[in-house]
Amino acid sequence: MNAQTEYALRFGDNALVLAQRCAAWVAHAPIMEEDVALANVALDLFGAAKLWLEYAGEIEGAGRDADALAFHRDSGAFHNVLLVEQPNGNFADTVVRGYLYDAWADLAWQALARSRDERIAAIAAKSAKETAYHLRRSEDWLLRLGDGTDVSHERAQHAVDELWRFTGELFWGDEVDAAMTAAAIGFDPASLRDPWFARVSTALGAATLTRPADGWMQRGGKQGVHSEALSYMLAEMQVLPRTYVGATW
Amino acid sequence: MTTQAWAWLDVVPDPELPSVTITDLGIVRDIREEADALVVALTPTYSGCPATAVIEEDVTRALHAHGVTNVRIERRLAPPWTTDWITPRGRARLHEHGIVPPAANIANGPVVSTIVRCPRCNSGDTTELSHFGSTPCKALFRCEACREPFDYVKPH
Repeated sequence: MNAQTEYALRFGDNALVLAQRCAAWVAHAPIMEEDVALANVALDLFGAAKLWLEYAGEIEGAGRDADALAFHRDSGAFHNVLLVEQPNGNFADTVVRGYLYDAWADLAWQALARSRDERIAAIAAKSAKETAYHLRRSEDWLLRLGDGTDVSHERAQHAVDELWRFTGELFWGDEVDAAMTAAAIGFDPASLRDPWFARVSTALGAATLTRPADGWMQRGGKQGVHSEALSYMLAEMQVLPRTYVGATW
Repeated sequence: MTTQAWAWLDVVPDPELPSVTITDLGIVRDIREEADALVVALTPTYSGCPATAVIEEDVTRALHAHGVTNVRIERRLAPPWTTDWITPRGRARLHEHGIVPPAANIANGPVVSTIVRCPRCNSGDTTELSHFGSTPCKALFRCEACREPFDYVKPH
């Protein structure tokens, strides 16, 4: 697979996996408004995933469309970061996971909107607007849970502590990132770390949450090495099109 | 032909906000004649808006009904759709139907602090109940003066 195809798949898979996670909250959210919000966020992310996967399929040139890429790949062929595949857990786990991703995605779209690849620049410019709105909500919730009741604070802090080790991968680059940065198509992941760290640190402080000490970071998702959580999620997401190949509505 | 086609599409309602048309919302970007077909460029409002496919079908059907047999739909992402693309007529129609149009001129960034006025009593004393609403393009508000709940088109 060429670097540009894999690059597009990474962004598409991030959106797809997080969309599926958010969608699993539908009919289970703590309040009606959040049920609607999580469904809407999922919808935006599914839409973005479709744009990225369609493009990845076109660059690859092997005849795979967005559906083929979404439903007929196993976990080892997914290139999303580990953060987005982490299980939904409780509402605080979901809020914190979404916030850490949104704060990164907001910066990533700004960087990609300047891409020399016009299609990537267009998808990023489109996503930037939607992510800015998601970030507004997830940051609001981070504040409400962190600076809320003793229970909500404790759960939000636990979520931050548990998820922190997956944030390093967002800023870690490999040869695909290097090739795309050299071609002025992509960005150096490390360049987003300072602005992300500044924003997240401020928000955690305002939410009376403690930022975990820098430590060992888990990575591998971008290269297709995932936690088992992704396999279970994909099994549910893919069962219908894999059981009834070619089924249509 | 293209002028005529614009007029035909000017009456095609949006599937989710039927009080306005697809041209009111700024979804039709361009219509041009090519050798083999009439090409209509459409832009999605939100990436995942489920109405996108329905709008494409509605456009094709409307043009077929006027005798245009070869229609090709082109999806155009750039420049991205914003609520600034909603026309003055579209804004007026939304308001008439109790859906508050978004704050204008959001080009410089998302507007988060604009006063949203109640479509029923015009009070500015309103509360955002939910960042999201019944369709991807709307948020849910309530008027604290007359207690009317209402939809607000998210500034985007």
